[in-house]
Amino acid sequence: MAAVPIQGVNADWTATSLPPESRTNDQSPAACLHCGTPCGSGGLSHEGRQFCCAGCLSVFELLSENGLADFYQLAERPGLRVAQTTTSDRFAFLDEPAVRARLVDFSDDKLTRVTFHLPAIHCIACVWLLENLFRLRPGVGQSQVNFARKQAAIAFDPARVKLSEVAALLASLGYEPELKLADLDARPANPAARRLWLQLGVAGFAFGNAMFFAITGYFGLDAFTGPQLKAFIGWLNLLLAVPVVAFSAADYYRSAWASLRQRLLNIDVPIAAGIVAIFAQSVWEVASGRGEGYFDSLCGLIFFLLCGRLFQQKTYDRLAFDRDYKSFFPLSVTRLGDSRRGEPQTDSAFRTRHSALEERVSLSQLAVGDHLLLRNGELVPADAKLLAGPALIDYSFVTGESEPVAKQPGDYLYAGGRQMGGAIEVETVKPVSQSYLTLLWNQDAFRKDKAESFNALTNAYSQRFTKIVLVIAVGAAVFWAFVNPAKSLKAFTAVLIVACPCALALAAPFALGSAQRVLGRRNVFLKNPFVLETLAQVDAIVFDKTGTLTAAGAGSVTWQGTPLSEAEERWLYSMTRHSTHPLAVRIGEAIARQHFPQPVRSFLETTGCGMEGQVDGHEIWIGSAAWLESRGVCSSGRESAHSSIQEMEPTDVGCYKDIGTRVHVAVDGRYRGCFVLASALRTDTDALVARLSQNYELALLSGDNERERERFRALFGAGAQLQFNQSPLDKLGFIRRLQHDGKTVMMVGDGLNDAGALKQADVGVAVVESVSAFSPASDIIASAAMVPRLAEVLHYAKQSVATVRAAFLISTVYNIVGISIAASGNLSPVVCAILMPLSSVTVVAFACGMTAWLGRKLSGTPVTDPARIVSPQRNAGPEAGAPQRLETA
Amino acid sequence: MSVIFLLIPLSILFAVAFLVAFIWSVRSGQYEDTTTPSMRVLLDEKVSTKPRSSSDTSPHPNPK
Repeated sequence: MAAVPIQGVNADWTATSLPPESRTNDQSPAACLHCGTPCGSGGLSHEGRQFCCAGCLSVFELLSENGLADFYQLAERPGLRVAQTTTSDRFAFLDEPAVRARLVDFSDDKLTRVTFHLPAIHCIACVWLLENLFRLRPGVGQSQVNFARKQAAIAFDPARVKLSEVAALLASLGYEPELKLADLDARPANPAARRLWLQLGVAGFAFGNAMFFAITGYFGLDAFTGPQLKAFIGWLNLLLAVPVVAFSAADYYRSAWASLRQRLLNIDVPIAAGIVAIFAQSVWEVASGRGEGYFDSLCGLIFFLLCGRLFQQKTYDRLAFDRDYKSFFPLSVTRLGDSRRGEPQTDSAFRTRHSALEERVSLSQLAVGDHLLLRNGELVPADAKLLAGPALIDYSFVTGESEPVAKQPGDYLYAGGRQMGGAIEVETVKPVSQSYLTLLWNQDAFRKDKAESFNALTNAYSQRFTKIVLVIAVGAAVFWAFVNPAKSLKAFTAVLIVACPCALALAAPFALGSAQRVLGRRNVFLKNPFVLETLAQVDAIVFDKTGTLTAAGAGSVTWQGTPLSEAEERWLYSMTRHSTHPLAVRIGEAIARQHFPQPVRSFLETTGCGMEGQVDGHEIWIGSAAWLESRGVCSSGRESAHSSIQEMEPTDVGCYKDIGTRVHVAVDGRYRGCFVLASALRTDTDALVARLSQNYELALLSGDNERERERFRALFGAGAQLQFNQSPLDKLGFIRRLQHDGKTVMMVGDGLNDAGALKQADVGVAVVESVSAFSPASDIIASAAMVPRLAEVLHYAKQSVATVRAAFLISTVYNIVGISIAASGNLSPVVCAILMPLSSVTVVAFACGMTAWLGRKLSGTPVTDPARIVSPQRNAGPEAGAPQRLETA
Repeated sequence: MSVIFLLIPLSILFAVAFLVAFIWSVRSGQYEDTTTPSMRVLLDEKVSTKPRSSSDTSPHPNPK
């Protein structure tokens, strides 16, 4: 069972699971002008305005001194709480030449440009403030915000401002730059997107003009002007088509050639063959003066194909689907001076010395045996031993465990844990690259790419299609060779021209791309549209338990022990009101009822242990079993709360989680009992499991022990596999075994301990509470609120794929009509110019219309613009209010 | 009707000018971010020089 840490009042408000109403009820109504945090007793008043802390006040003063007070007009309480005072040396590592060179985009003597990722950007006022950054600091030049990517590109004069100072300035305003190890790898620009836009522009330009000129021929205008105009327009359209064929369609030749070399026929082979056939036939017609060719149809075809490509290229810039441990770890850590290494650790010595000798070093310079200082909210960067300070480690990213774990000096800390509470000192035991967490990323699953099945549906169809078309073309040529040899070659090329599978190639990108958008508006983000194809084939679904099926901080709170009297309940309630620790808040909510809080005297909270105080003349202790025991209170029936944590082996990081977390209570030195805070299933989980179990093989994997087996057995039914005590590698292996049995597996998980399984599964779904939060590598990132709707999402995926099949059918009908005209040797440019765009447009309209119409039946609130989804802590209030406020400002 | 041989090349030249403008806009990165500019138009260019304080006693430290 887990020991219960009670932490000091430093818990961040945004990090607790307080419902919004309890914030306003419990606190005084005055909210900070800057960040909107309730001010409480520690608030500051300045010129009649309320601030929650000195940090917010100093930001306000900085802004108003520099004429930037308009910030407060743009949105309601737009600021961000400045969590910690920024010391100038915190970003000093950025000035190291190696780090600096990797981070900056451009640098010379006079100007340096850097792009920082600022996750805190959330509203219009942020854009304004960051783009006015130059007013706050001489030497800082123009800055430009990319809201969707939450990036700010900042130019500055390196002679006057250092890179570290720019970062510190941003942090002091509340926009702490996110500096990750992955940033040190070269960041690719986005030339592919630019190239596609250019290709599309050229094709659209040529298409519009060529069609325009060709119409003169279709309407027989040359009757008035003579044959010169026909020839003139033929040559003109040839001129227009050359850049389209050479530049815009280049990717199709490349893909077709790559496919042929692997002895495969993908969809691009018939497309490339068609383009070449049309172009060659048209050039021959124009050159020989026989006609004006099919250049208008050719340009139109390539234009529509590129539109489809643009449509399927929808990416969610803000979301990273390919994260590895590098995007999890920070760029630097605080190292303590070497000279004191090996000294006996006492608490007071620890506090006095760590101010003088600390230095920021980049993670790559970290060596085994280094002493590190980890402050509140910082990550353990490598497996390490705790040297000093009571540690409270939050392993929620690694294991899905929701409650922080208390650690004592001498305990082993795994990389990836986050320190909550005061500063601790640790000694690294393993290098970063060999730590427990990073070992997972050295698995095979992370090396291979799942992209091989890319676009499988279309390619499978095109295999047959290409062969049939070739047979018909040859058949028509042979037939006409006997009947009318003059028509033989024309019939052959005409079949190739009209059968060019334009509509076929458009069906999947548009249907699946449109479905991707529909799901994105409901906070289910797909890595690429073709994930839907795999999703429709899934026949086995594996769930992670903690954080996926169960929600942290939403479970029941039950009392174990002799029932509490009403007076006792009131005392405990009064005590919990004094703490901001998440557990205390949850207990307080559970026993609140009609109680009025009573005054608490000599209240004391000990980080990682518990809290004590006097209510109504009674001494109340609330905290972990170990803490109570240290005060001579033995909790009857207590199991070895600590042993399971201390004896944790590298293979079972996830094992320490119990059925529930326990908080023990003693009154006047006598043990009274404990609160059990159980994790709760997400709402509608039972309905989801019931619905899914009809059509899918279900399994549950959990890092926890087996105590909840019966509960989940009842939920999943007799047939499902339930595996407990699973290490990350066990989970990966389980998925592999299922795949070996021929299953297409979908894995739904959230923590880093699921990362291997998510990567190995055919479809990995990462569940996140907030879209901007960290999630492991996956194919789909889904908001936790959508987990109960998973069955509908799967159903929708199947419908989308059925839509693609129907669109194939439509394009087949067009092809049969077109090919029969072509094979009869009567294909004229007019027929071609009507048939080709018509088939493309109807297929695209059908594909988009059907998926959008089917998507309307999906439940879940659609968000109008996925780029503007903000994390739950920051709801859309300030954004929505911004334009209205502007009018009055 | 032979004027069409002059008009068509002229119209093409006109259209090419737009194509060039499009290519320039893509090259200069205008298609990279389509969200922020829509917010930026709502912001005032000039920054107010007077402090927000109603008791306007302190002189502005950074007068224009």
